[in-house]
Amino acid sequence: MSNPNNEIIRLEGISKNFPGVQALHKVDFCLRKGEIHALVGENGAGKSTLIKVMTGVERCDEGQIFYDGKETVIRSPLHAQNIGISTVYQEVNLCSNISVAENLLLGREPRKLGCIDWKAMNKRAKAIMQDLDVDIDVTQPLGSFSTAIQQIAAIARALEISSVKILILDEPTSSLDAHESDLIFKVMRKLCTSGVGIIFITHFIKQVYEVSDRITVLRNGKLVATHETNSLPTIQLISEMIGRSLAEYDEMKKSEFVVNHKKALLEAKELGRSGEVEPFDLELHAGEVVGLAGLLGSGRTEVAKVLFGIDEPDSGSLSVDDQMIKKHSPFEMIMHGVALCPEDRKASGIVGDLTIRENIILAMQARLGWLKFLSKQKQYEVAEKYIKMLNIATPSPDQLVKNLSGGNQQKVILARWLATDPKLLLLDEPTRGIDVGAKAEIQKMVINLAAEGMGCMFISSELEEVLRTSHRVVVMRDHEKVTELSGEVSEREIMQAMAGGE
Amino acid sequence: MHKIKTFLLKNGPLLATIAIFILVYAIGGQLYPAMKKPQVFLNLFINNASLLIISIGMTVVVIMGGIDLSVGAMIALSSVASAALLQNNLNPILVMVLMLLMGIGLGFVMGCIIHYLKVEAFVVTLMGQFFARGMAYVINESSVTIKNEFYNFLALTKIHLPYFEKAYVYIPTLAGIVLLIFTFILLTSTRFGRTVYAIGNNEQSALLMGLPVARTKLIVYSFSGFCSALAGIVFSVSLLSGYGGYAQSMEMDAIASVVIGGTALTGGTGTVLGTLFGVMINGIIVSILQFNGTLTSWWTRIGVGVLTLIFIGIQSLFYVGKKEK
Repeated sequence: MSNPNNEIIRLEGISKNFPGVQALHKVDFCLRKGEIHALVGENGAGKSTLIKVMTGVERCDEGQIFYDGKETVIRSPLHAQNIGISTVYQEVNLCSNISVAENLLLGREPRKLGCIDWKAMNKRAKAIMQDLDVDIDVTQPLGSFSTAIQQIAAIARALEISSVKILILDEPTSSLDAHESDLIFKVMRKLCTSGVGIIFITHFIKQVYEVSDRITVLRNGKLVATHETNSLPTIQLISEMIGRSLAEYDEMKKSEFVVNHKKALLEAKELGRSGEVEPFDLELHAGEVVGLAGLLGSGRTEVAKVLFGIDEPDSGSLSVDDQMIKKHSPFEMIMHGVALCPEDRKASGIVGDLTIRENIILAMQARLGWLKFLSKQKQYEVAEKYIKMLNIATPSPDQLVKNLSGGNQQKVILARWLATDPKLLLLDEPTRGIDVGAKAEIQKMVINLAAEGMGCMFISSELEEVLRTSHRVVVMRDHEKVTELSGEVSEREIMQAMAGGE
Repeated sequence: MHKIKTFLLKNGPLLATIAIFILVYAIGGQLYPAMKKPQVFLNLFINNASLLIISIGMTVVVIMGGIDLSVGAMIALSSVASAALLQNNLNPILVMVLMLLMGIGLGFVMGCIIHYLKVEAFVVTLMGQFFARGMAYVINESSVTIKNEFYNFLALTKIHLPYFEKAYVYIPTLAGIVLLIFTFILLTSTRFGRTVYAIGNNEQSALLMGLPVARTKLIVYSFSGFCSALAGIVFSVSLLSGYGGYAQSMEMDAIASVVIGGTALTGGTGTVLGTLFGVMINGIIVSILQFNGTLTSWWTRIGVGVLTLIFIGIQSLFYVGKKEK
């Protein structure tokens, strides 16, 4: 037997340099048959690069890869697929314009006379999706389904590839709710029993413990350690990941908020938009953090959109600072001192090809009007101020934003809105897809901002985070505001409200 | 009801194109009763054979998210090159094969530069246009007449259609129709065709899905080169001459036809059937002006321009509508 430990793949001493960054430094890694191996680390730890080396997207500068006991050079993603390494990436890397069936089977589609046999293809695709407990019309374009379904389709496609030996899941659950994540875990366990090795990348520590057999921790491009999951306490895992103790995580305390009986900063009455969100009442006070909890698709984001005027409400009224909002538009809301950090930072926030300074200035300039010129010097002043304040890790304000890690990009967006000096900040999933350390920093920042008198709304799918930051929690379910909890709120209470349980 | 709605949403731009075509044709028929003759309809195919052929190639390129500005100049080059070769008494079949190979070759080279050197398709094919146009004039600065029996045969043989008396098309006209059917099948029901759509939506995703992105891109640009060389042959057959000044800015007519036909310039959506109607709308406007006789032919340009704008408007309305679903 060439590989007595049941190893499918072993990487030894892998190093990879990108201009200016050593992404990987002599990293060892091995994956056994039938195990779920969690790969964890902060953003910029080198997880993605390691995956890219394994899947042939990048070549390593140094080091060897042993696949099935033999030294192998993985030449391209196609080559990786052919030898049995399949990947599902964080962002759904399928094509939204073609049908689900095509997305699943294109490249290996059944054919008749050289043409695609649509009937057989749709039937097979349907069966594949049903195996994953998803019953949908596979002839519809992928783009017409939710992100969760798209993610499952992506996994289904990876599985379809003949004789998968290694399945790499790069944050597959980052946009899924608990039920959908469970669905994926079920599939993962099923695959393991048939001998597939799974590499699972996630930021959810809970999920790491839920499914993985072993854990490999990376930090700053270096291997920290590989552990059996059973024998690794959570505290140790987190401190290995962020390389510092958790003290600052614990000492974070939200300032006590006393409702000063002044008028609310923002007041929504029976505000709603048919088909998006049922009419709701909401008050936001200065110095207060209001959490917005709910499952994926419960209407969290829709609330933010209606409040910010992206979607025009068709019922009810909204006032900011006692002023009625008559024309609902983002511009109007910005003028009233409201800012929104949108959910999907890549699609609707960050401009990757501009520098940090330029990104931060954007909203400020928009508020000033295009004619008022902001001097370079002033721009740098502003940028430097927020880089320092938000602890953005960058050599200079002139760094292109696309070169930053996810957490730092998120901070840049936050800085952009803070620079407009808002009275009210709406944050939609500000910590999604970023690492534990950066999460804590952003949460702390929100609390500090509130303490300085800003009103904040914090939307998140992580209950723990909502609880830690918010004075009051509004719970959404099925596009409806179901309840508002304040005082000592427990995770259990919120979950019950979210689930609609009595 | 739901099915009808999804059908309309899915094929909206195409249906709009067909509706406009019928509308314009009906107006023309009303104004000039002679336009109702079947031959006038067939003339649309005869007169626009070359435009149809390059537009088909262009459709595939545009669906893939690219653009090919070289097609008009390629028509000129292949017309003048074939005329020059025929003057030297080369076998006409051999000449045609050589022209097609030349088209494929140039398309392939441009595809390589676009894909491997990662240069914008706009720039590469613009250079291709300069090269082809320049080369055409290098071969001969003036118009070259073709005196070849086989070419005469192709140019003058009428193919009569069944059921319609006196209605006919020419042999080269059929080339466009055959190509249309071929490309329609290629795009809708082959792996290659669907890969083209996938690349047009998101090249990175297509690559990660393990689809042969490089090969597909090279084939698509080669195919467009093939189409433009074929169009050049059709052009030289119908005019029985070759000239470096032929088909000036015809690539723009092709792009307009593709857009009017409902193919989005951003890639990922579109049909070759729509392109057919795009070309025919272009042709019908020309016909109406010819029947009128008093308006200058430049009104065609204005008409096509306005229509193209309207169609881009309709398309984006559809996409906005879809996104809000």
